[in-house]
Amino acid sequence: MSETITFTNARLIDPEGLAETEGGLRIEAGRIAAVGEVKPEGRVIDCGGKCLAPGIVDLGVKVGEPGERHKESFRSAGLAAAAGGVTTIVTRPDTAPAIDTPEVLEFVTRRAVEASPVRIRHTAALTKGREGREMVEIGFLLDAGAVAFTDCDHVVADSKVASRCLSYAKSLGALVIGHPQDPGLSKGAAVTSGKFASLRGLPGVSPMAERMGFDRDMALVEMTGARYHFDQITCARTLPALERAKANGFDVTAGVSIHHVTLNEFDVGDYRTFFKLTPPLRAEEDRKAVAEALASGLIDVLCSMHTPQDEESKRLPFEEAAAGAVALQTLLPAALRLYHNGTMSLAHLFRAMSLNPAQRLGLDGGRLVVGAPADLVLFDPDAPFVLDRFTMLASKSKNTPFDGARMEGKVLATFVGGRQVYGGEG
Amino acid sequence: MTFRARHLLGIEQLAPDEIRSLLDLADTYVDLNRRTIKRTDALAGMTQINMFFEASTRTQSSFEIAGKRLGADVMNMAVAHSSVKKGETLIDTALTLNAMHPDLLVVRHPNSGAVALLAQKVNCAVLNAGDGKHEHPTQALLDALTIRRRKGRLQRLVVAICGDIAHSRVARSNLLLLGKMENRIRLIGPPTLMPAGVAEFGCEVYDDMAEGLKGADVVMMLRLQKERMDGGFIPSEREYYHRYGLDAEKLAHAKEDAIVMHPGPMNRGVEIDGTLADDINRSVIQEQVEMGVAVRMAAMDLLARNLKAERGARAAGVVV
Repeated sequence: MSETITFTNARLIDPEGLAETEGGLRIEAGRIAAVGEVKPEGRVIDCGGKCLAPGIVDLGVKVGEPGERHKESFRSAGLAAAAGGVTTIVTRPDTAPAIDTPEVLEFVTRRAVEASPVRIRHTAALTKGREGREMVEIGFLLDAGAVAFTDCDHVVADSKVASRCLSYAKSLGALVIGHPQDPGLSKGAAVTSGKFASLRGLPGVSPMAERMGFDRDMALVEMTGARYHFDQITCARTLPALERAKANGFDVTAGVSIHHVTLNEFDVGDYRTFFKLTPPLRAEEDRKAVAEALASGLIDVLCSMHTPQDEESKRLPFEEAAAGAVALQTLLPAALRLYHNGTMSLAHLFRAMSLNPAQRLGLDGGRLVVGAPADLVLFDPDAPFVLDRFTMLASKSKNTPFDGARMEGKVLATFVGGRQVYGGEG
Repeated sequence: MTFRARHLLGIEQLAPDEIRSLLDLADTYVDLNRRTIKRTDALAGMTQINMFFEASTRTQSSFEIAGKRLGADVMNMAVAHSSVKKGETLIDTALTLNAMHPDLLVVRHPNSGAVALLAQKVNCAVLNAGDGKHEHPTQALLDALTIRRRKGRLQRLVVAICGDIAHSRVARSNLLLLGKMENRIRLIGPPTLMPAGVAEFGCEVYDDMAEGLKGADVVMMLRLQKERMDGGFIPSEREYYHRYGLDAEKLAHAKEDAIVMHPGPMNRGVEIDGTLADDINRSVIQEQVEMGVAVRMAAMDLLARNLKAERGARAAGVVV
């Protein structure tokens, strides 16, 4: 039940004003009732100078329902999210079957509400079965609650199909999320091409494949006027093109996964499959450039790209192993590396993790203002720990690249709609 | 004698003194192999399993002969048509074999890194007989032995590696080994068959044979896989032969006493001229095969010594 809680002595992270202030905050009936100098009412939580920020809105989370519940269920994903300070999960439709009809969407919506302690919103596929041939019922799916449309890492290669999907989506005001990648150039690739890939003997993809995919998609956006979000921009070479697209006034935004701003291609080391991702990890220069673009706001959204995989799909030779990593619970501590190394402030981080994704999807979160939903995370940005994937992760799948990593930043408590979903007393 | 490795997974993990030790021991096995009675008992009582997930004739028989001459019990497992077909994973196959207590496991696999993955799961010595496009360490070692015996040294030589560098594990292992021994390496081939990032390898890169071969002491030709011949990477077999096939005319750009090498099997008339391949004054291709057996004997002998030492130490209660 949502109760009246007063947080005192907090370091308030305001992603809207890009500011940090000392103060308090009171929540009532599931919403923020007062910010700043507040009278203690109801339950009082002394934050002891720790950070209070709007909960993370994680855009692009794979939950294994339907089809792969043994990898992740709404229950396990929700628990991981709560423990990671994520108050809204935005799911991906790359399930089996894909979320491409209102019926499947209604099923997952019902399951999510039953099972998850945090809010869950859903994106739907753009084409049936994510096969890139026929568009889904965009209108019905919007009515059923889809917040955006995406074929995830399947690129709609046929430009005619893609252009029709975009113009139809545009007529309904629907947001389309694309994966910038040239499907021909990236075919069969397991890592980014370059010296490292060549010495390891692994098939690589040039970073230029991302630019080519980006350029094609932008041409289609220019042609159709669609609202568009690029799921992951990971290469330095794509950034000037993104900057131009924004300067030209197109309705485009871009995201990046936590792994592409905190890890690089060398982390693969001796064929460590937990570092196999889509797109693959990039060179250090790319990581730096993309992290800076995130800090400047050129890249709008930082997300987990949470992709649960069981041990069997990772205990294989690198080329055959499945791609993806779980990250709901490690998103915040990993993101804090960018704060600790001086790349960006906490307010800038939460702009990318909470405010921007919420606004892009038309959701009512990501802000520390009176009237906003009481979706909050209380965390200590400096608390150190060493991650143990087996004992510390709530996800059913444990495929994190941060196993054994030294991290700083612990979630102390998470609140969704005024209800505490994670953490002990104060 | 310096050789510390537990497995032979790649040249990358070997230090120059380990390479020298191995080649010195291999020299003694060359002499042994030329005698009528070729057996020693270095591996007597030990079990060697050859596990080839990819078809091979010469490498597999070379390992088999090497093991038998050292007195090991050698078993060949034809993995291509066994449990793998029934859906068993690589790791399960490895664990099954491991339960039979082999001492040496010789593995070839079509995926880069697969042999190293397997080595993590077994407690015997593992030899990489080629993993994907990654490494083929015994090939580089036998090439090194051949060069050292012919040229009298394994340093300050100009070595040209020609052809399909991008898809070649032989090229990668040779690059690493020859680099560690301080030679000048040149890579020659069409840009479509050069690996990405080749400029950062510390080699000289050429797309013209005449230029690249100038002053070379060793000319190493690579096999061009049939499936890469048509259209995808090069326009045609005949254009490839014209531009990159090694014949007497192109070889004339190299040093007068330059030797010609090829890991086999050769495509005569594609990457190398048949007459040149048979020229006993220039071609050392048959000698490479001979050195292959000796090098593999040396490698298995050294790994077996380390294995025995490790097991002895463990039995004596020493933490290893």
